[in-house]
Amino acid sequence: MSGIPAISVNNVIKSFKDVKAVKGVSFTIKKGEYCALLGPNGAGKTTLMEMIEGIQNPDQGEIIINGQTWKKNELEIHKILGISLQETNFFDKLKVGETLELFSSFYDLESERSNEILDLVNLQEKKNALVKNLSGGQRQRLSLGIALINRPEILLLDEPTTGLDPTARREVWEILFRLKKEHNITMILTTHYMEEADYLCERIIIMDKGTVLADGTLDQLVAKNNGAEIIEFSIEGEASNGFKLNDEKIKMVRDDKNEKWKITVDDIASTLPSFLEEMKQKGIKIKSLECRKMTLDDIFISMTGRRLDE
Amino acid sequence: MKQFLQLTKIQYLEFFREPGVIFWALLFPIVMAWGLGLAFSGKAKQERTVAWVKTSADGQLMKNFVHDTAGNNKESVKILGNKKTGFVTYHFVPSTWEDATLMVKRGRTTLILEDIHDSIKYFFDPKNPEAQLAYFQISTALKNGSGSDDQGQIQPLDQKGLRYIDFLVPGLLAMNIMFGSLWGVSYSLIEKRSKKLLRRMIATPMSKTAFLFSYFVTRISLSFVEVIFLLFFSWLYFDMTVQGSIPALIAMVLAGNIVFFGLAVLLSSRTANTQIANGIINAVSMPMMICSGIFFSYHNFPDWLTIIIRQLPLTIIADTMRSIFTEGAGFAETKMAILQLTATGLLFFVIGKRIYKWY
Ligand SMILES: Nc1ncnc2c1ncn2[C@@H]1O[C@H](COP(=O)(O)OP(=O)(O)OP(=O)(O)O)[C@@H](O)[C@H]1O
Ligand SMILES: [Mg+2]
Repeated sequence: MSGIPAISVNNVIKSFKDVKAVKGVSFTIKKGEYCALLGPNGAGKTTLMEMIEGIQNPDQGEIIINGQTWKKNELEIHKILGISLQETNFFDKLKVGETLELFSSFYDLESERSNEILDLVNLQEKKNALVKNLSGGQRQRLSLGIALINRPEILLLDEPTTGLDPTARREVWEILFRLKKEHNITMILTTHYMEEADYLCERIIIMDKGTVLADGTLDQLVAKNNGAEIIEFSIEGEASNGFKLNDEKIKMVRDDKNEKWKITVDDIASTLPSFLEEMKQKGIKIKSLECRKMTLDDIFISMTGRRLDE
Repeated sequence: MKQFLQLTKIQYLEFFREPGVIFWALLFPIVMAWGLGLAFSGKAKQERTVAWVKTSADGQLMKNFVHDTAGNNKESVKILGNKKTGFVTYHFVPSTWEDATLMVKRGRTTLILEDIHDSIKYFFDPKNPEAQLAYFQISTALKNGSGSDDQGQIQPLDQKGLRYIDFLVPGLLAMNIMFGSLWGVSYSLIEKRSKKLLRRMIATPMSKTAFLFSYFVTRISLSFVEVIFLLFFSWLYFDMTVQGSIPALIAMVLAGNIVFFGLAVLLSSRTANTQIANGIINAVSMPMMICSGIFFSYHNFPDWLTIIIRQLPLTIIADTMRSIFTEGAGFAETKMAILQLTATGLLFFVIGKRIYKWY
């Protein structure tokens, strides 16, 4: 059985009235894999997730979960999925404990399960609070708790940590990390946070405008971008528009937002001296200079010319 | 079964944790029955205005009647009636014909009284019970000359079953069933869709049928509580009783809930916008409120409209309930209505469920 992928998405297309939200996306997620779906607003992440969750139907293409299509297997697939939507309001007038009990009844679970979940997502003292009186972070944790209530094999979380403070975000990460270690769960999570993808997921899929731009481990993505390190600098006298490096193979982009130039290199140590020498020859004065490892943000900018959080 | 019980439980919790709901569902109909019942029955002191047109200056009948010997064209007041009918204070307002018709148009009076020598002519809409009562009281009092409370020959028009409260309470019950379903089911479902809660719930193994059925069961049971509440009050305060078959009444409450539950599911099947929900519910319920004869008879509408009005679910419920309450109807007289409502409700439900947008 372990040979069957947990999720496989084949050439999926979805349009709304005037937007093509998802334009032919394909990928396969192995069992036990943690995958981050990254992309700016409107990239189509939520639409794709909801199609995998069986909430929306693709116009074209196929989605297979654990070897089963949604058609005719709804009940079985629902039982193994744990879902947290980007925005859900639960029953305002129910208490946290009652909400968990309701959802556990959908899966025919023992009532003890609600208490375990309260422990797991750290909401014990809110058990008798009305859902409408929860803070944003507590709501997110309730939503995560409901996603976990049926001991899912596959977790699909749409921005589970958006709006959380750094400590709360860490807490969620630890919960998800533990699940991976202890239960070999498969997960797709969408996020705008690089560190989150970096910390939790071995696999990263970057989406933009309904298509997959990149798919692989962080190392693979970095390798594709010919270079793993970044030299970032700003120069005096921005008039020098036509400014170019001698070696045209070196990828150089300008981030208009902070007026900085960026060079992607394999090895800073060997490139930096010749770079500084060249600048001196060209008579360009460097105002500031920073050398660092490549981040997902850099990858995204180099692929789209835009920042992830734009 | 477990999920159904849980779903039903949360329906109740949602209902009773809304403080306003107790008032609107249980007390408001009673306040309406009390207020309107009093206003249109002998329980309160009543005031009526009668337009008094003096065609001949020498008419002595009215002058003597209201003791207006001076003939100074001022308003005269006379209290008529007896303990059985209740007392009514009549204000006779001397007017010209023009004034009198204007008063009728503006709803200030329903009766015009013309004074011709030694006889009186009455003008009123024979369908209007208020005008009829006024006519009987005044004409009898005039005939007896004295206007005393000795009026043995006339049957008072407030026998049980003829009172306004007897007309009103079945209508209020019907209205309550309608609003209970439209707001309690339709609005609540649309709100859940707009909050994306609906899509979260169907992304579980929850049974959609159990989900909808939990709404229905909650509605039915609350509806019976509301009915019993209002009936108890009407019996206590207005001495109102059900003259027909109680099982038929129960079947009617059921059928009424079925038709409006089906309609509620249909109305909530597509939109995710609570403002549109408001609009849809008002657009459906308001015309029925106005036309279906909840507060006042629909017989004053044109004939062609009456034919349509009689087919509205609210009209069928109200009329059938009235026949059970006041005409002693049983299953024989009401079974067609019960069948029609149930069938319509099922049809609405099936269509609604088929086109239902769960996300
Ligand atoms: N129900 C809908 N009707 C019409 N357009 C829609 C609908 N849902 C999504 N869209 C459009 O599809 C595109 C993709 O939206 P989607 O919600 O999938 O983006 P996203 O990547 O999740 O963005 P975010 O990071 O902001 O959550 C957007 O342009 C959006 O406006
Ligand atoms: Mg989204």
